[in-house]
Amino acid sequence: MEKKSFEILDVTLRDGSHAMSHAFTPEQVRDTARALDAAGVRYFEVSHGDGLGGSSLQYGLSAHDELELIEIAADECKQAEVSVLLIPGIGVKGNLQNAVKAGAKMVRVATHVTEADVAAQHIALGRELGLKTVGFLMMSHMAPTAKIVEQAKLFESYGAEVVYVTDSAGYMLPQDVTERISALKQSIGCDIGFHGHNNLSMAMANTVAAVEAGATFIDGSLRALGAGSGNTQTEVMVAVLERLGYETGIDLYKIMDAANDVVTPYMPRPQEITGSSLVMGYSGVYSSFLLHTQVAAKRFGVDERDILLELGRMKAVGGQEDLIYDVAQGIAVRN
Amino acid sequence: MSKLKVGIIGSGNIGTDLMYKIERCDSLDMSVMVGIDADSEGLKRAKAAGYTVISNGIDGLMEQLDAVDIVFDATSAYAHKAHSDLLTAAGKRVIDLTPAAIGPFTVPPVNLKANFDSPNVNMVTCGGQATIPIVHAISRVAPVEYAEIVATVSSKSAGPGTRANIDEFTHTTARAIEKVGGAEKGKAIIILNPAEPPVIMRDTVNALIKTPHYDEAEIVDSINRMVAEVQEYVPGYRLRGTPQFDGQRVSVFLEVEGAGDFFPAYSGNLDIMTAAAARVANEMAKELLTANA
Repeated sequence: MEKKSFEILDVTLRDGSHAMSHAFTPEQVRDTARALDAAGVRYFEVSHGDGLGGSSLQYGLSAHDELELIEIAADECKQAEVSVLLIPGIGVKGNLQNAVKAGAKMVRVATHVTEADVAAQHIALGRELGLKTVGFLMMSHMAPTAKIVEQAKLFESYGAEVVYVTDSAGYMLPQDVTERISALKQSIGCDIGFHGHNNLSMAMANTVAAVEAGATFIDGSLRALGAGSGNTQTEVMVAVLERLGYETGIDLYKIMDAANDVVTPYMPRPQEITGSSLVMGYSGVYSSFLLHTQVAAKRFGVDERDILLELGRMKAVGGQEDLIYDVAQGIAVRN
Repeated sequence: MSKLKVGIIGSGNIGTDLMYKIERCDSLDMSVMVGIDADSEGLKRAKAAGYTVISNGIDGLMEQLDAVDIVFDATSAYAHKAHSDLLTAAGKRVIDLTPAAIGPFTVPPVNLKANFDSPNVNMVTCGGQATIPIVHAISRVAPVEYAEIVATVSSKSAGPGTRANIDEFTHTTARAIEKVGGAEKGKAIIILNPAEPPVIMRDTVNALIKTPHYDEAEIVDSINRMVAEVQEYVPGYRLRGTPQFDGQRVSVFLEVEGAGDFFPAYSGNLDIMTAAAARVANEMAKELLTANA
């Protein structure tokens, strides 16, 4: 077998927070963290779905303090390390300092694909605190490759050790991923990551494309528990990568057990590709809008797909959940 | 009618837009524009308009203090403290458009004249100017336990200062939601959207009312009155849809279209900041001129 050439980062306890309406319990976090650690996953992420400080009326209030959840997860780690997500504009440096006190060892600072320069101070703080520090370019489908290269260079110049191409809308096709990762591989020195969503059933194919183009950090979630139709399914990814000849360092049976025995019982619904998530992938809408769109559609008596298509047309970016209600109200008035 | 002389430090987006607002104030005379780059658009425009132009920053201004009575600072939170210390020591009034928040917060339709005694007055943030009037409109008729605002601005309208100060934006706005807006607890979120053509500034206010018993019509009326007050100085300030009530939660959606002075109309975020600052200075000038008359 080839020597392992990448890290798998599991985001169940962060991206899954969207699918769980930000209501993970301490027990669910403890059991999931323990199972991920035991299976050999090196990094996994714990935060509100919208990152540290994301608990809000805009995105959903956390049922349990995320710092407490981070601490519970970190306490379960024998070899794994806890990552946290920080979206400047939502979370602040103080949130990161607190997360580090709670046991976080890695930070992923996320911006819209064209806005990396708002993250300079947060990336610098991550390095100063001795964290594995990552720049995360969300909605990467919305910018041409040259722009992604430019923004990745900014992240690298601030001190990021890994830069992610993030397909937040599950819009990309494998050739889009190959093009972007290959271009980064040629132009930046730091590691490259890929984070996918499965709204068009492309998450696994995109992940394989990313690895083959040189990505060395790849994200997944157990049973695909993440926003929209979820992420690349971690346990399936382990199996696929083994078939491709990579050594993942993860025990296949144990990661399957983590998915099926620990995560499945608390999933509110299967991570299927529904009409709405399909439209998200098709029109390039941020995956965490899914449940908010369902609520707004019901409230204003309009079709979810109409809301999502309109949001795609308006080029909404991550975090604009309030626009969903505004758009739904507008459609209701026009109808 | 006598007027007070105005200096602006910072020849970027905010400072340049502010210059045009000052020109329309009846008690203010635009006098000096201070920057650090002689080739900046703001300094070129100020020079063309016949104002004194200083291109070596605060040091240059300190050599021409007689040319100003009121100084606006549109640089950054990091630079503001030193500027404020020097200017207030020299007896100048300082109006702070950075999120430094050294002086008391002022949001015109809430507390226009409350801080005229203070040598340094802070204008909160663009998101704060757009949303705190609404938080106050709710809290003056129903107790607000928590208020949260989301400001979405076009990427083009967010200059390097705003970008470097993004944490300060959220901290300062959240504090002012509490202090001026009247919410027990405040939170602020800012989002940059790079869409082309650029998006008009949008703001959402979500508030939790402390009691399940409140008068919906009274809140709506209070919000409508407040919107009309803001429209006096920002005509493009308007509600989108109607306020939404869901149990103890009130959601208000807003759009802010600018006057298009320096930046195009989509950058209501710049406009509401500079329009509010100009309004405060103009009223302050009237009061100071009357006191000295």
